[in-house]
Amino acid sequence: MALTTTPRRSGTSPDGEHVDAAAAVRTAPTGRLGSKVFAGFSTGAGILILVTLAAVALFLVLRAWPALTASSEELNGISWFQGDSVAEYVGPLIFGTLLAALLALLMAVPVSVGIALFISHYAPRRLAQGLGYLIDLLAAIPSVVYGLWGALWLLPVVSPFFQWLSGTLGFIPLFSDYQAPARNIMSAGIVLAVMILPIITAVSREVFLQTPRLHEEASLALGATRWEMVRQAVLPFGRSGVISASMLGLGRALGETMAVLMIISPGLLYSFHVLQPGQHQTIAANIAAKFPEASGLSVSALIATGLALFVITFAVNFAARWVIARRAEFSGAN
Amino acid sequence: MAVDTAPASGSSLVDPGQGRLPSWSTGAFAAGGLAVAFLLLLALGSPTVAGVVGLGAVLFAVASTVASFVVEGRRRAVDRLATTLVSGAFLLALIPLVSLILLVVGRGMESFSWTFLTTNMVGIFGDMTEGGIAHAIVGTLLITLAAAVISVPIGLLTAIYLVEYGRGPLARSITFLVDVMTGIPSIVAGLFGFALFTLIFGPAYRAGIMGAVALALLMTPVVIRSVEEMLRLVPNELREASYALGVPKWLTIVKVVLRTAAAGIVTGVMLALARVIGETAPLLLTVGLVAQMNSNLFEGRMATLPVFAFRQYEQGGTGIDRAWAAALTLILIVMLLNLAARLISRWFTPKGAR
Repeated sequence: MALTTTPRRSGTSPDGEHVDAAAAVRTAPTGRLGSKVFAGFSTGAGILILVTLAAVALFLVLRAWPALTASSEELNGISWFQGDSVAEYVGPLIFGTLLAALLALLMAVPVSVGIALFISHYAPRRLAQGLGYLIDLLAAIPSVVYGLWGALWLLPVVSPFFQWLSGTLGFIPLFSDYQAPARNIMSAGIVLAVMILPIITAVSREVFLQTPRLHEEASLALGATRWEMVRQAVLPFGRSGVISASMLGLGRALGETMAVLMIISPGLLYSFHVLQPGQHQTIAANIAAKFPEASGLSVSALIATGLALFVITFAVNFAARWVIARRAEFSGAN
Repeated sequence: MAVDTAPASGSSLVDPGQGRLPSWSTGAFAAGGLAVAFLLLLALGSPTVAGVVGLGAVLFAVASTVASFVVEGRRRAVDRLATTLVSGAFLLALIPLVSLILLVVGRGMESFSWTFLTTNMVGIFGDMTEGGIAHAIVGTLLITLAAAVISVPIGLLTAIYLVEYGRGPLARSITFLVDVMTGIPSIVAGLFGFALFTLIFGPAYRAGIMGAVALALLMTPVVIRSVEEMLRLVPNELREASYALGVPKWLTIVKVVLRTAAAGIVTGVMLALARVIGETAPLLLTVGLVAQMNSNLFEGRMATLPVFAFRQYEQGGTGIDRAWAAALTLILIVMLLNLAARLISRWFTPKGAR
């Protein structure tokens, strides 16, 4: 597996000679002031990024503080507040957020891996790039348009399917008691799955394309069929990449607002009835729904739930990036 | 790609002695699957396009796998099934894409007109079909522009730091946190913009700049990553040639590195713009919506296309038509930005730099 540690872009990363030349210039007498100023500015910008990230956490905590320290009577003065503390209120929301994201992930990951394999190993080479671009188009569509599409097109389309699912598998509590329209967490999960497809596909595709050619050819030379080659060479090589891609997708699904807001009929329950409306709500959609009319303590309470979302997504992304950073240089941003 | 070097599945020496399905069998199974699905659904009731295609695909997968199992053996049957599933996954992903685009264009064209683009919503209520999005277009462009003004210099300088100066733990942690930052939920960015400005200017303060700061928070990491990518593509020979001529490092960066990567940087910035221009949640929290034109970024609420589309959808009735038309406008702007970005990178990339 010596090949696996070779960076993909080794040719373009600065080499030792360049560093030496840079050091020589930095100590040269000419242009010293300009260089210092420029280096100062760019370093400052880099540090500003760290400061910004800290500021996000700091300002959220500052604004959330009144709600975090408020008594239960004060909190229950808010018309929509349930429970005795922010932690109690945010519990079902976290549950709904995780459930929606997990449903999305369950649907998106197999399809994304399929698409990534199709583009990297099945499609004709000349078409592959164009097909990849087609999937990337899904990432360019604004979330509010997904919301419109989900609420006005998808709901009637999936409704008969849910009806059938609830009718045949309704004895499982998970699928019981479907009621049209399909404003339930399952529909929201489907739209979220479509929205996170591009990122999971893009990262998985990158990893699959990095599979050492020799591994693939060795497998084929031993008489493997294409699928056997994929299973023996590509999938083991790409496994950690797919896992981190899924976690990136999870991060996006956790924080997505509009699609859920426009589809789901909200409720604050710990419920696994994924086909029933009025059972779940996510943190992000809850904030967007209540924030425009909120004032005073209710703003703080909503920001406190936002802080919980920030911490969860930060942890998920941190873990995903940590897995990725250990193996190769790519991210969802390029 | 390995596909090219792989022997075509018809000529490899797997399981000698086994028969082979003829090459036309795939088409035959597909047609057969669709026909049987249609007849089955016809017998059961009303066949819909979705039902026929869905059931047909399942029938095709089952029939071709079984036939392959009988004629070609287990391994080839599995291979065939995998090919079907992998191609099916791709086709499945096209369903939302195609339906979404058809729907947005179809429904959006209904009330999309020059008047719609050039009027605002002052005095529009109830079931009136008049009204337009001029104020929302102006708001979206202004706020996105302001976000770009904030995030591009910071992003550019940070990328320069990471590529040209950054060594050691500081650079590593910045790279890592930039990646983590790409995952900040947009609603959290909105809350940040809100918290920042309301703590400074009082709880009732609302202005376009709040939204711009929130969008800048989402945009900066994307700018950094794409600019970084572009700067790393600049060949070191160019830098070394410049140093050899005695040009100081900062001038080398400005005159040689940035100039070589200019097209790529512009492309990256435009793609980043396209990504944030459709953000709804942060603007919903900070900027809100008004009916009339407001072109002052520092005072008062502003209308933006995504929030406008959302509010019109919520309102229902004739609002739904306006929501679709606004969505169409938004998608057109996003696609224009994407297209312009691709064209710029194709036309202006220096030869040999990629």
